[in-house]
Amino acid sequence: MALITGTRKGIGRYLAEYYAGKGFQTVGCSREPSEFASSYYEHFCLDVADEPRVKGMFSEIRKKHKRLDILINNAGIASMNHTLLTPLATVRKILETNVLGSFLFCREAAKLMMAERSGRIVNFSTVATPLQLEGEAVYAASKAAINSLTQILAREFAAYNITVNAVGPTPIQTDLIGSVPEQKIDELLRRQAIRRLGEFSDVTNVIDFLIRPESHFITGQIIYLGGVS
Amino acid sequence: MPSERNPGVNVSPKREKTKKDRILQCVFSAVDELNAGLPREKRLAKTPEMVLFGEEGSLDSMALATLVVLSEQKVEEEFGRPVSVANERAMSQHRSPFRTIGTMADYITLLVEEE
Repeated sequence: MALITGTRKGIGRYLAEYYAGKGFQTVGCSREPSEFASSYYEHFCLDVADEPRVKGMFSEIRKKHKRLDILINNAGIASMNHTLLTPLATVRKILETNVLGSFLFCREAAKLMMAERSGRIVNFSTVATPLQLEGEAVYAASKAAINSLTQILAREFAAYNITVNAVGPTPIQTDLIGSVPEQKIDELLRRQAIRRLGEFSDVTNVIDFLIRPESHFITGQIIYLGGVS
Repeated sequence: MPSERNPGVNVSPKREKTKKDRILQCVFSAVDELNAGLPREKRLAKTPEMVLFGEEGSLDSMALATLVVLSEQKVEEEFGRPVSVANERAMSQHRSPFRTIGTMADYITLLVEEE
């Protein structure tokens, strides 16, 4: 039983199709309805930072499925802009979705997972944080918070056999980087050890590794793609 | 007269269970689940006066967190809607509502009645 956030498009949509296709009973969510349909997939429309709606969704999962094995905290928003030109409303929106949303899902997922005394949580970081990318101050800061959250929750949840890790993708051709000028993407790629855009399958490769039963001794790790560290 | 299953709880069989009685039963059920994973000497007695933490308490912070989450889930099952027991109000109170089983049940009753 897997729960994936932000499944309407981009990596999230791919993850929903990928894990439902692998036979995982998959629940996804996003603010808008999803066009993906499968007998293995169920969609909830909600804002990931809306606590009552999120708790309601977890309550439904608990009633219907009784358990949750995997949480993939993919939902996230970015905004590339110089700090001097960044409205506070944008900062608030990014922090709400990326930090508050991820926190809320980790907390509620752990409550379900602790009953089974096992679980896998995979958060989404970014290479923008270790690369300290100019123009991505707020996005990178929000993901730095995710890194801290991942490492500390790994310790707090370890007693329940719940692992908490994060994958840090390089830019992938999705809407998230749609507004970023090509020159900026090229500059970023030059700072990676392996200089190419990421593929969706690069991300699922890491997630597959983190959620497999044999990975029960791996927690609190941030795994960056493309040779960024 | 206290029931045999839950010594210390005065629930008369003749009257209907109050909301508070139902919530206390939820907390006791959470205690049962918590106790199952605790060593015998650390297990909690199912009485409202049972101190959960502090100088006289027997739970560490992790066990207390587990009990709060289990109680939250039992109350949700009983009343059919989610309740946030570990909310801001609980955390900011001068005297913690999680001091004893009884104070915790009282606090949850207040939350359920407010909804």
